[in-house]
Amino acid sequence: MFSKGTKRKFSDDGGEMSDESLGGANVSSSYNLQRQSLLDMSLIKLQLCHMLVEPNLCRSVLIANTVRQIQEEMTHDGSWQAVTEAFCNGSQSPSERLVATEVLCRSREQDAEPKLFSVISYEGCREEEVVADETLCSVSVGDAASNVCLSESVGHCWETGELRVVESDEETSEGSRLGPGDDDDDDDDDEDEVDEEEESSREDSKSMGQVFGTFEIKNGSSGPDSALEELFSDVDASYYDLDTMLTGIQSAPKMGPYDLLDSLAPSHGPPSLGSPSNCRSDLNELDHIMEIIVGS
Amino acid sequence: VTLCVVLLLPSLSFLVPSADVISTVEFNQTGDLLATGDRGGRVVIFQREPEDKGGREELGDAGEYNVYSTFQSHEPDFDYLKSLEIEEKINKIRWLPQQNAAHFLLSTNGEQNKTIKLWKVSERDRKPEGYNLKDEEGRLKDISTVTSLQVPVLKPADLMVEVRPRRVFANGHTYHVNSISVNSDGETYLSADDLRINMWHLAITDRSFNIVDIKPANMEDLTEVITASEFHPQHCHLFVYSSSKGTLRLCDMRASALCDKHSKIFEEPEDPGNRSFFSEIISSVSDVKFSHSGRYLLTRDYLTTKVWDLNMEKGPIETYQVHDYLRSKLCSLYENDCIFDKFECVWNSTDSVIMTGTYNSFFRMFDREAGRGVTLEAWRESSKPRAVLRTRRVYTGGRRRRGDVGVDSLDFTKKILHMAWHPAENIIAIATTNNLYIFQDRVHPENQ
Repeated sequence: MFSKGTKRKFSDDGGEMSDESLGGANVSSSYNLQRQSLLDMSLIKLQLCHMLVEPNLCRSVLIANTVRQIQEEMTHDGSWQAVTEAFCNGSQSPSERLVATEVLCRSREQDAEPKLFSVISYEGCREEEVVADETLCSVSVGDAASNVCLSESVGHCWETGELRVVESDEETSEGSRLGPGDDDDDDDDDEDEVDEEEESSREDSKSMGQVFGTFEIKNGSSGPDSALEELFSDVDASYYDLDTMLTGIQSAPKMGPYDLLDSLAPSHGPPSLGSPSNCRSDLNELDHIMEIIVGS
Repeated sequence: VTLCVVLLLPSLSFLVPSADVISTVEFNQTGDLLATGDRGGRVVIFQREPEDKGGREELGDAGEYNVYSTFQSHEPDFDYLKSLEIEEKINKIRWLPQQNAAHFLLSTNGEQNKTIKLWKVSERDRKPEGYNLKDEEGRLKDISTVTSLQVPVLKPADLMVEVRPRRVFANGHTYHVNSISVNSDGETYLSADDLRINMWHLAITDRSFNIVDIKPANMEDLTEVITASEFHPQHCHLFVYSSSKGTLRLCDMRASALCDKHSKIFEEPEDPGNRSFFSEIISSVSDVKFSHSGRYLLTRDYLTTKVWDLNMEKGPIETYQVHDYLRSKLCSLYENDCIFDKFECVWNSTDSVIMTGTYNSFFRMFDREAGRGVTLEAWRESSKPRAVLRTRRVYTGGRRRRGDVGVDSLDFTKKILHMAWHPAENIIAIATTNNLYIFQDRVHPENQ
């Protein structure tokens, strides 16, 4: 239990971010941390609604609205950027990190606009796509930071325009994670969704191209790790095969990043990074949550 | 009204077994009867002893409330699927205006049944004696012993209070009923659940009239629920309902059959400086009450209680901070679910004082004319049977006085959610978790 509640203000984040020092980044990270834990708490409450002696629709609706608010803020205020910086600015020098991660971080930073996050449909959550840059970053960091994530929490699916962060229940290694779109809520986002999906699929192909492109480039240098070499060789092979590449991109690559995650998982031994089955079960849990709300 | 001088009448407070948490408290229209409902589905009715006009020395016995009748409104049920005992909590009790010697009250339970029952409370203080065919114990007499005829007469007997269910209004609600309100026409009443409000005729149980329906076509779109509702005290066509987003809607039933479109909407614009993730939750209105005059509305949200003028929709005319020191603790209160506590609020008989509860067994009274509030504690000092309630203070800074309570020392399990104010006098009934207290202002017993 928090010893002191913290008032959250929209203005805080902007003010903090103007301070270029690490201190500034840390404060906003702590804001994000708290926001994330608030989100986790809310999701747990929603899940456990049915266990109350006195089921309460009002309470469920208020909690669900809070979750939505957090999600909207996370999408709109560029917290995405902040988290990236928090990790990539760290004390680690690039050489200590996996080459791939650096590449991914860089390619991400090029992208100025935060992607809009579609709060909706889970069929839209293309979990096969990329890459937990931050999980990769955190993999290299190695240490399980503050275990904010409560083990019961539902996995999060973050759907951005180009890069998808997939996290599972077992993910314990970071402090601030980017959050979720757990609510199966189509209300006002229907129109947005269509646009976003179009955009995102275009951007997907572009970004996948970018990613693959950078892999291509890096492939020349000596592979630091056998797993990565393996990975690069996969990508490399498909690159020359135009058909395969095109199919690969369009089918929302079920291969590349997917394999990337899988291959990285055993070699770096963290608790399982996002895998499709986890995300799917997460989707089921999310559906379940909505059923709970509706059912009560 | 002097707020500080309130005497405790010790015999009026009693201990309800801890299993039975009081969930509603209501005076009838004369104030002679006080009904309480609890989580076990039990209703206890207290009756006020008539004031002894003979000028007794002791102020003790006269004017006290004693148990009049007890009955079980709903039987606790068991949900075999969840292995949970279904609470048969009585959410609300409302008395009907008295029309004859009997009293009628409506009670609702909020759980599985979602029904409302009408009870008749009647007294029997006489019994017939002198039957021809039966003897005193009711056994049939031997005909051969009957030599003359007599007319049975009613003789005084011990007072017996009978409570019988007269109507059961079932199947009107799919969600939990949070409010019932008897109309000024004396014939109809409304019942509100999270998404709908129905109007019933007291004599008709097999159908009700839906007057508000905010259920969205797709339940996933649900973002707002109804939290409380009440009929206007004089105008039988007007009612108000509050929502979880902090809005109040006044509806006129003459305008249309389904009052989804409000006549007036009362909403205070959000203060951008105080915005947080909890803003919406704390703006949710937990109770709404018309003033006796019918001109004002009193609402309670998590941190404040507000008075609204029916003629002004853009914001409340008065806002009273109940426990603003909790504003910085909202995250913890969210975690332990206290932020969802629903406090009631009440007017005094002249609409000059308003009252609501808070934590640590404290409750707050605000004098509208002076604009000041006072904190009192619902507690009986057993050594002093007739004590003056001292005012209490929560320490929030500055010079600390003896008796001040720190914010971190507050007991959040001791919450005063339910209360009632006598319709004519300065008598208040306060329900703590497992106690009922009745306080009376002995200095100014009559309203001013």
